[in-house]
Amino acid sequence: MEASRFEAPTEVEGAVALLAAEEGARVLAGGTDLLVQMRLRRGVPDSPPPPSVIVDVKRIPRLMRTQLDAGGLTLGAAVPAAEIFENQTIKNRWPGLAEATDLIGSTQVQGRATWCGNLCNASPAADSVPAMIACGTTVVIAGPSGEREVPVEDFATGPGKTILERGELVVEFKVPSPASHAADAYLRLIPRTEMDIAVVGAAVQLELDEDGTVQKANVILGAVAPTAIRVAAADTALVGSRLEDDAVNAAAAAASAAANPIDDKRGTITYRKKIAGVLTRRAAHIAYERARAR
Amino acid sequence: MSAAADTTRGQGERKFKQIGSRPIRHDGLDKVTGRARFGADYTLPGMIHGVFVRSPYAHARILSIDTSAAEKVPGVRAVITAEDFPDIAMNWIPTGPTGIDFGANQRTVLAREKALYHGHAFAAVAATSDEIAREAGKLIKVEWEVLEPVLSIEAALAPGAPILHEGQETQGAGDKPEGDSNITNQVLFEGGNLDAGFSEADVIVEGHFETPMVHQGYIEPHACLANCREDGTSEIWASTQGHFNVKSEVALITGMDPNSIKVTPTEIGGGFGGKIPVYLEPAAIVLSRKSGRPVKMTMTRDEVFRATGPTSGSRMWARIGAKADGTFVACETRLEFEAGAFRGSPVGAACMTVFTPYEIPNFKILGIDIVLNKPRVAAYRAPGAPIAAFAAEQLIDELAGKLDRDPIDLRLQNAIEEGGRAKYGPRFEAIGFKQTLQAAKNHPHYKAKIGANQGRGVAAGFWFNAGMQSSATVSVNDDGSAVVRTGNPDIGGSRASMALMAAEELGIDVTRVRPLVGDTDSVGYCDVTGGSRVTYATGMAVIEATRQVVDHLRARAATMWDIELDSVEWQDGNAVATNGDADKGSLSIEEIARQMRMTGGPVVASASVNPPAAGPAFGVHLCDLEVDPETGVTRILRYTVVQDAGKAIHPTYVEGQFQGGAAQGIGWALNEEYLWDAEGKVENSGFLDYRMPVASDLPMIDTQIVEVANPLHPYGVRGVGETPIVPPLATVANAMHAATGVRFRTLPMSPPRVLDAIESQSS
Amino acid sequence: MAKIRVETTINGEEAEFLCAGHQTLLEVLRDDLGLTGTKEGCTTGDCGACSVVLDGRLVPACLVLAPEAEGRTVQTVEGIAQGSTLSAVQQKFLEHGALQCGICTPGFVVAAEKLIEKNPDPTEEEARYFLAGNLCRCTGYDKIIRAVLDAAAVMREGTA
Repeated sequence: MEASRFEAPTEVEGAVALLAAEEGARVLAGGTDLLVQMRLRRGVPDSPPPPSVIVDVKRIPRLMRTQLDAGGLTLGAAVPAAEIFENQTIKNRWPGLAEATDLIGSTQVQGRATWCGNLCNASPAADSVPAMIACGTTVVIAGPSGEREVPVEDFATGPGKTILERGELVVEFKVPSPASHAADAYLRLIPRTEMDIAVVGAAVQLELDEDGTVQKANVILGAVAPTAIRVAAADTALVGSRLEDDAVNAAAAAASAAANPIDDKRGTITYRKKIAGVLTRRAAHIAYERARAR
Repeated sequence: MSAAADTTRGQGERKFKQIGSRPIRHDGLDKVTGRARFGADYTLPGMIHGVFVRSPYAHARILSIDTSAAEKVPGVRAVITAEDFPDIAMNWIPTGPTGIDFGANQRTVLAREKALYHGHAFAAVAATSDEIAREAGKLIKVEWEVLEPVLSIEAALAPGAPILHEGQETQGAGDKPEGDSNITNQVLFEGGNLDAGFSEADVIVEGHFETPMVHQGYIEPHACLANCREDGTSEIWASTQGHFNVKSEVALITGMDPNSIKVTPTEIGGGFGGKIPVYLEPAAIVLSRKSGRPVKMTMTRDEVFRATGPTSGSRMWARIGAKADGTFVACETRLEFEAGAFRGSPVGAACMTVFTPYEIPNFKILGIDIVLNKPRVAAYRAPGAPIAAFAAEQLIDELAGKLDRDPIDLRLQNAIEEGGRAKYGPRFEAIGFKQTLQAAKNHPHYKAKIGANQGRGVAAGFWFNAGMQSSATVSVNDDGSAVVRTGNPDIGGSRASMALMAAEELGIDVTRVRPLVGDTDSVGYCDVTGGSRVTYATGMAVIEATRQVVDHLRARAATMWDIELDSVEWQDGNAVATNGDADKGSLSIEEIARQMRMTGGPVVASASVNPPAAGPAFGVHLCDLEVDPETGVTRILRYTVVQDAGKAIHPTYVEGQFQGGAAQGIGWALNEEYLWDAEGKVENSGFLDYRMPVASDLPMIDTQIVEVANPLHPYGVRGVGETPIVPPLATVANAMHAATGVRFRTLPMSPPRVLDAIESQSS
Repeated sequence: MAKIRVETTINGEEAEFLCAGHQTLLEVLRDDLGLTGTKEGCTTGDCGACSVVLDGRLVPACLVLAPEAEGRTVQTVEGIAQGSTLSAVQQKFLEHGALQCGICTPGFVVAAEKLIEKNPDPTEEEARYFLAGNLCRCTGYDKIIRAVLDAAAVMREGTA
């Protein structure tokens, strides 16, 4: 019987050493993907072996820390979603990102799930990822040769695939504070009201000038391509507008056009492309109202 | 003894003291504290773990199985295949609307000649841990002849389709295919003159309908613990809807002496029909016999979805004709039901219920049972009826639209009532369909305003309910309290109902009655907890046994007073002396009980019943919903269940049945479905993608209990558990039509399908 | 492979157990510690039947590895009643008939306690969303939600 060893290092260096030492080492943050995968593979022929060592990173103080200042948020990689959503400052400053975080799984799963897991699992449908990208979030990665910081946008390279190399560990996230008249929103479509994986997700961040004209826009879609995607044409359509129907409809059309989804058990290509437009329009309006109120 | 003589007619305006109250259920404390023991909670010293090994193919012949490598794995104690069971041929034995086939039941536990669905078990391994057993299972070598899977009704009926069961010819009525067929059976009910009937019609509506396979979705996976002892006797603890059934099925499937098997029911975490079949127990007991160790078997959620339940997917065509004044004149259906791997879809019951709530003189109801390479279906709450009602009740709604009639009024005009004949033969005794329709029409919900993108639907349904065999034993303790023991697993509060009925007869408070569920050795035979029969039939046995106890208590009082038995009446828990002996006064049940040892010993009585029929229950549902026209997402805004309960013994649990059935039906209507890949593998074998309603999907579900006494039960009880799932599919579909103008004839009404339909209509 | 020795606190009492590195807290609670009130419905975090509280957070015990419990506190359904007194949530579940088969009940009780602790006056909608991860197939949730809202009201009166 193959069994996994369990390690709970208290420093980043210790975790990196464990991860670098063995091909079969796996990081345990919230475990909401890792444990499910391990469980569902039991007894299934030809499935990958269980991890040789499970590295629980929740005893590393840096990975459990929340630091807020005027410049933004530095969030430990293993802070559970519930703690993020309970933080009133995060909710006020990045309401879309907070909402996306709150949508990951049930209350129980929220007690475990992390941004780091949501990102590293590299599901195209991860709720927090489009919202993180829309807010300009970067991720700090520690590895055997030191640390590097990369935009979340560049992290996933395909379903289940990331830029992480052997021995590397996501340590923390950095979210810059929005400009004075900027705000974000995230919407997803699911068949039920809870407990589903996003069929489509749309994050929009808008930065306005004093008159309410859009200066900058970030439109990011989830679940419609191998990774979360930026819809540059939608950004362009919104910039310079005050969210008049023409501009929003153009952004929605751009989102539908940019969506490149697959048919699967959670949705069809046609449906996902349509919904990408609908959610982009709705999220843009929410982000705009929030930005206007600031 | 039969209770029939005393219990064939209702008791009219009897004033109840206990019945209709809402006591805390006796088993509730253990369930809110976590102490109650369900199937997976039992252990024995030396216990090992059994798991099934399952087919990776939906359709494949088993040429050989080599278990030797698995047997050599350290920790493995036994490996079995179908060869460890006696070879029982498949043979269908009719039993009313359905039937039984022990050969098929055995092959459901372990495949013999063929694997007939993806996940069909073909071997079982017992080892010192679940993980070792699963790993060892991977080493079992099977030589498969992979066959083309049959994955849809269309494919099953196609000329030249692969045949699941060679030598199986179509049985039953109607025009049948020649030679081997995947159609196992046809059911036909005909009456009047169909052509003449339709020629009288001023309006005819018809439609094709499709519903997918869906699962019962109980939260507790199947589990059992089995121990075969050195002398060949066995004990089984099982999460089941019927432990007497487990006993007889295990004996037949394994060839063991039924007399050697004792089955104890654990608490059961939901069943809805899906825990009537036996899947684990025959394998567990043979693994135990082979290993000499107690064997526990539990399924994973994935296994539950792949290899237990579900209920049929269907393809249906139906039409109905009415005169301009609204009178229904003719109806016709062709109901094609997926049975899964073996014969036995609920299409017979679907035929018995479709259009039966209405007087329609000319009819032809055809039902077809079709096997294909999907899991074998099991009973699911009013089996077949919700599917049939999805077609029938939508057509009636359409008819109401065409005739410009209120949909409840149109149903009232045609509703069947006492003396009316069911399309399957018998005449109805007193039933409450018209009263239920009227109550729905008068309900504030039916008159409330609704807004844009919203719609209201109404639909009706009924279930005939079951009687069957039940036993009960009632004993009096020396403090005047009582114990009532039956043999029906309590799946939703039936202990409280049994206690209420015994308390009513004894004239004592319900808290003074302790209800127990006995094992197969400690109580008389009881058929399964199913068919909405426990409160009705087992309740009848309880009432009868308690009445015998009361007679004994009267006799003891007569002895204590030294007067004639005829001079003792029983009133509110007291023996009261009457006639010339009124001066003796009264003796309480406590006083009589304290003297039992002096007056003849313990007071115990048992009764058994076998009512051939039950009282049908009719329900009418109202649903308001809102559709997002840009996404197709539907939200249920308001839902009301009105149903005839005959007499509500414990109204809280009657309401609970109404609400739970409605919620399951709403899930079926909106999002639940099995998804299959091209090879017949289930793609959504977990709660993440098999989308049952969650708390935030539903509003409060209003209930209104109608009470039209069932003349077959001493208190007027009708079974209430199944009817609530019959109307919701059509109710929601009718509300969707009201909201969008589109008729949804295919389930589920999931967002992509709804959006597509809305857009197709507007273009 | 040598098992891992874990020292933890369960329902206010010190506990220790041996486990393998990949074993879940759910498995250890049920199979090794005899705390079978925590139920297994799916093992994938989708049903809520195994809800427990780990260091104050509501979590599914099937998605926690047993060795993670080292030095932490775990509360299960067995620790909800205080001595011989049921909690308000447990009492209201009984009074409202908020259970039929009862398999989901322990998970609902544990989750509802946490809801009311965090939000003493939840709206119906808040209760429904908080409890959306607890599946019930029997009741349609109506009586469960009523019991939870009623328990919250009773607890507000009790602390007022």
